[in-house]
Amino acid sequence: MQQFIATRIVQGIITLIIVSFLAFFLVRLKGDPVDITAPPTFNEDQKQRLRELWGFDKPLAEQYVIFITRAVTGDFGIAYLSKRPAMELVIERLGATWLLAGVASLIGLSVALPLGIISSLKRNSLFDLGSTMLASIGTAMPSFWLGLMMIIFFSVRLRLLPAFGALDPSAIIMPSLTMGVGMAAYLSRLTRSAMLEVLNEDYVRTAYSKGLITRTVVFRHAMKNALIPIMTVFGLQLGWLLGGSVVVESVFSWPGLGRLMIDSIGVRDNTVVQAALLFFSLSFITINIIIDILYAVIDPRIRFD
Amino acid sequence: MSTGPGGPPATAQSEGEVATLVTGHSRQPSLLSLLRSSPIGLIGTGIISLVIVLALISPYIVPHDPIRGNLRTRYKPPGFTGDDGTHLLGTDQLGRDIFSRILVGSRVSVLVGVVAVMIAGTIGVLYGLTSGFLGGRVDGFMMRICDAMLSIPFVIRVVAISGIVGPGLVTLILILGLSGWVTYARVIRGEVLKARENDYVLAAWSIGQRPLWVVLHHILPNVIASAIVLAALQVGITMLAESSLSFLGLGVKPPTVTWGIQLADGKSVINSAWWMTAYPGIAITITVLGVVFLGDWLRDSLDPNVRGRD
Repeated sequence: MQQFIATRIVQGIITLIIVSFLAFFLVRLKGDPVDITAPPTFNEDQKQRLRELWGFDKPLAEQYVIFITRAVTGDFGIAYLSKRPAMELVIERLGATWLLAGVASLIGLSVALPLGIISSLKRNSLFDLGSTMLASIGTAMPSFWLGLMMIIFFSVRLRLLPAFGALDPSAIIMPSLTMGVGMAAYLSRLTRSAMLEVLNEDYVRTAYSKGLITRTVVFRHAMKNALIPIMTVFGLQLGWLLGGSVVVESVFSWPGLGRLMIDSIGVRDNTVVQAALLFFSLSFITINIIIDILYAVIDPRIRFD
Repeated sequence: MSTGPGGPPATAQSEGEVATLVTGHSRQPSLLSLLRSSPIGLIGTGIISLVIVLALISPYIVPHDPIRGNLRTRYKPPGFTGDDGTHLLGTDQLGRDIFSRILVGSRVSVLVGVVAVMIAGTIGVLYGLTSGFLGGRVDGFMMRICDAMLSIPFVIRVVAISGIVGPGLVTLILILGLSGWVTYARVIRGEVLKARENDYVLAAWSIGQRPLWVVLHHILPNVIASAIVLAALQVGITMLAESSLSFLGLGVKPPTVTWGIQLADGKSVINSAWWMTAYPGIAITITVLGVVFLGDWLRDSLDPNVRGRD
């Protein structure tokens, strides 16, 4: 077990190194940022000094080594515009994004699990058909559009909820619902199919035949095995959720990492974009390692050697 | 996305039918006759056909000019009738007819969805074939690259790249195509690993056929069904990503009409002109729903093991 965790962490670090490489070259795809970020009044000489100051005059490989050795110590450089450390900016926003993703996941799971389980128990019933239809629509809908529709309804018409910002505690309701619906839609369909597969197993039939009530069979016997694929997909969905947060945060002006990244891309602030990409990736990798470890907790048959 | 345990069960298809579809020998039920027995498949095909036809003919049938508006009829609600006729779904901030713009907007969605998925699919299938076939350390390394790509969520990947490279239709298609291949690579590699162990593949080796021949004639036909199913699922995801990017102003730029741009226009006047936001979103939802239905039906008919959304 310990060795498995160690292996997964090493793998995660290797993945992060590749991501740092991708992020580093990505922000330099369009050449020299000085030409865009420097004030238009700067002459060539002043621009050259700026390049030296920021280290853009060095060969790319050397720049990468400098970037990565500093990044390891948590130093991503100073943001061009705000003149504050990029790391500080990212950490400030990371919490807001995690909070949003966490609440959205809770909403997603607490809708998806009951819907999926009931659908699988009443296969091909009206309930099943209805929830499958809803789930399909939820998957097909652009999440940010759902957010906009909620603003029209709850903020403009009913004047119940704030349309943007994060000042009021109720401000998290709409963005998290927006993101949670897509997740609920996808996970409920998956829960249904995972449950259907398990419900056909012999041991479930045995459990029924020895007279256990449905509730015990579902939660004690079937659910435990159906949880494994659900958790796998939940981990991957979290990536999808983080991705969606970029757009949803823009819709609701939620002060999260996604919006920081978009704003920083807009002003070509490479330091912040690099750090934001790495922290998105770090969040995703960490969650998935935790889920891998949870497998073993849920299912003692799983051994990692 | 991986093929994990507990995939959705293949409904109503016998092993024989699946085998028939995968190998393409029309022993019995053709794809067409299967379609007739599935309402989901029919609805999906119906929606998609309609959207494709609209994408092709919309410029010739629109009731109003989708690009040039009439400033005297700005922000008119649905059903407004002016000198130039009725605006079924209202008008926008430049007095342009929303309905006409939605019709024309289908062009970008279809174009981006189809072309980007074709690019991503081709790269992904080739990558997955190579990785799965070579195996060993090369495979391990190639999969680590996939892990890294996947650990930056798809939308963040495309937002970052298009934000840096800049907007435009061709760039957008390229970006979506070049970021979307990872999902295919993973799935196809898994399928290749399975297909490699088949007796007839070993037989092909043992009679001395060359590696390239074995891959193209014995392994590829086995994995292509998964690629097709995945492609159908990815078209919807790609269309949604396009609308997100255009909404953020990172996708296609005006005067090109897309549903995402319409939503962005609507956002600034969401307090008063709700119709600018509501209708383009419905258009996206219906279109993607058609793709989802078609993908579900294809998956149930061809390959029960694929899930696609990263």
